Amino acid sequence: MGYTPEMLELIKKVEASRPERIARSKKGMDFEPLSLAGRQEVLNKFHPDYKKEGRRAVSVGPSKGEVYPSEFVNVLESKARLLVDSAELEKLTAFETDVLVIGGGGAGTSAALLAQENGSKVILATKLRHGDANTVMAEGGIQGASQEVDSPYYHYLDVMGGGHFTNTPELVAALSHDAPLVIEWLESLGLMFDKQPDGRMRVRHGGGTCRKRMHSSGDITGSAIMRVLKDEARNRAEDITVLEFSSAVEILKDAKGRAAGALFFNMETEEYFVVKAKATVIATGGYGRLHIQGFATTNHYGATADGLVIGYRAGVPLAFMHSTQYHPTGVAFPEQNVGLLITEKVRGLGANLVNIEGEQFVFEREPRDVESSCIIRECLERGKGIITPTGRVGAWLDSPMIDELEGPGTVKKELPAKYIQFIRYGIDISKVPMLVYPTLHYQNGGLTIKDSSATNVEGLFAAGEASGGVHGENRLMGNSLLDITVFGRRAGKSAAEYVKAFSGSLDGINMDHVESFHKEMEGAGIETDLVSPLILPNYTREETMEKQLTTHYQGGLRA
Amino acid sequence: MSEAQKKEIKVATGDRAILPEGTRLVPIFIMGKRYLVPETMTIQKSLEYAGYQFIRSCGCRGGICGACATVYRILGDYHLNFCLACQTVVQENMYLTQVPFFPANRTPYKLEELDASAETIMKLYPEVMKCVACNTCTKSCPMDIEVMEYVNAAMRGDIAKVARLSFDCIQCGLCSSRCPAQIQHFHLAQLCRRLHAKYQVPRAEHLQPRVADINAGKYDEMLKNLVDNDEESLRKLYVEREMEPQNSEGWEPQDKSFL
Repeated sequence: MGYTPEMLELIKKVEASRPERIARSKKGMDFEPLSLAGRQEVLNKFHPDYKKEGRRAVSVGPSKGEVYPSEFVNVLESKARLLVDSAELEKLTAFETDVLVIGGGGAGTSAALLAQENGSKVILATKLRHGDANTVMAEGGIQGASQEVDSPYYHYLDVMGGGHFTNTPELVAALSHDAPLVIEWLESLGLMFDKQPDGRMRVRHGGGTCRKRMHSSGDITGSAIMRVLKDEARNRAEDITVLEFSSAVEILKDAKGRAAGALFFNMETEEYFVVKAKATVIATGGYGRLHIQGFATTNHYGATADGLVIGYRAGVPLAFMHSTQYHPTGVAFPEQNVGLLITEKVRGLGANLVNIEGEQFVFEREPRDVESSCIIRECLERGKGIITPTGRVGAWLDSPMIDELEGPGTVKKELPAKYIQFIRYGIDISKVPMLVYPTLHYQNGGLTIKDSSATNVEGLFAAGEASGGVHGENRLMGNSLLDITVFGRRAGKSAAEYVKAFSGSLDGINMDHVESFHKEMEGAGIETDLVSPLILPNYTREETMEKQLTTHYQGGLRA
Repeated sequence: MSEAQKKEIKVATGDRAILPEGTRLVPIFIMGKRYLVPETMTIQKSLEYAGYQFIRSCGCRGGICGACATVYRILGDYHLNFCLACQTVVQENMYLTQVPFFPANRTPYKLEELDASAETIMKLYPEVMKCVACNTCTKSCPMDIEVMEYVNAAMRGDIAKVARLSFDCIQCGLCSSRCPAQIQHFHLAQLCRRLHAKYQVPRAEHLQPRVADINAGKYDEMLKNLVDNDEESLRKLYVEREMEPQNSEGWEPQDKSFL
């Protein structure tokens, strides 16, 4: 276990240059940071959000002309899995309900709970297990102006500043307004918040906050929230029916053009079925598993943008889908940690980034996007990355410097979780460097919503990472768990209210909008065999696929 | 540029596994069937390398969701081992299978109507008293949780201890799959965590006035003004906002008009 002999040989070069680098650091002679022009140059050439290559304009649909990552445009410009006429849809109808929630993460489950509380019968359908979502992977915490020295006013300012003032103001107001309500709601549901002995919430700063408002539940806040929400949804099983391994493949509409539920694919029996619903909520999360430009990701297995695709075909425009958050230091080795985050604190404590020759190639405290770009340049353009036995590339993050700079034991004391994460695989990061490469972390954009979580399509709502606007072009730590709970709750409540006011019946359910979308694609000259939503990423090796002589893939899924 | 540098480097992108030059292959046995996979690869990725596509038994791929619970033995060794496929590297001659689901009944309840007492546990999960103290649950936990310890605490009605000891539970179900007393540990633990947080830990009293103020509309006008602000004045407000120091014991902002 641990590094291979070949890698240990390469680490000798890092060790050889370390004394000189430490001496320079002690003298305050940091590696020269890039000038603003230099930053822009490396961003333009190497950052996935800036590079012209790998991005293109979408040529159909409500956001026609907008430029997005090609991998995402590909799924937007793909064909539907199938087109079914109204009579067939009636035959396929297996469920009828008030509110259909698509997605079983934090946003979807919050929506289901609030819809139920407001009088609706709910079906929550998810393509994996209930709770399989990025929600469980959020570690840091959840923001909320709960303290006397803070208020929603300051939370609002922090969110806008973090998003470079590009955010949709009404959504930011909703987020900061509801945050303390959500904290209290989670407390009442029995979430084990970190508290002081008298019950007062323990709060910390996060990047870009002017007041301490980061609430946590150990270092597994997202998992703790998901466990409680799922448990509570199960307590309400009379009103909330959960359908697992059921993937929504298209939104359906009624004769009046209102959203009327969805067409589903049972991933195990391969049957299609219809859920008719007066109101539909899309809470399907983000697109990390599209692996934009080949990046590894911190996201869970199901993050393939399905809800964005079907919402887009139903007529909902996209917001901020040009913007993706990459974290500069994702793990590149060992394989079982690949893509996982290494906190910025490691660089904050003074660890250099070093190439295969043992040379430092970037100032370690550049902004996230610049740092990422410089690592990509070193590995791909200059060819000075380190190749792992599983065929990945990365640069050294020289963590042993920390103990030498800050005193023995600092690594273990300041980075306990990281230390354990690596020592489990025989790598002592206080003695040997870590291998890192940028990783795809968060989809800043999504479906366009109002502050009620309603979309422009009647009866269709969206919440969480699948929606866009609240974070603008950059999300602050602690606002994703807040986003899913605030807008999940709003979506559930709005959907239930919509159901109460609903008149008429769901007649003539159809997929006409999908047919029109296909026609628009034809008109734009798009000829394609690609099918979306992907449902799952395809990780089958090319060597295997070449021999799967009778297998074909629909999206990422074998069929 | 040397020839070696000119040669295109084959690297893995995304999460798709490749076989890099010079990598050693080791045999593993997936449900008894032999496959050769690269050493240092996780069980999860080695299954994909072998040609499997997951529908079940795969979730966060980062060790926190509990979808990929796996059981294995090494050829020639009688010990039965338990792990998460995404967190465990293959070993030569590993015989493995995954446990994508294990039946365990969960007793529905209304949190508002319960109290944090031994009686609640006995009523909802009476089978907990059948524990034979074999410690198999603890040995089968991929998160190294002291499962039997918290079962013992539950028998005594020590709900706080159950909550504390079970905090890292990912609800994979391996404990309940192995229990000779048929205890449904992870549901019991979830109940105790919620009871503990709701009834044993003091409530955050400082939240109540804030919630009341928000519901009374105290911040509506302030937020509306911010929404209506132009970017320039917003930037000014942003830059001028007072920063709470890291060590903020007794700190108060000078401007309290927006609190």
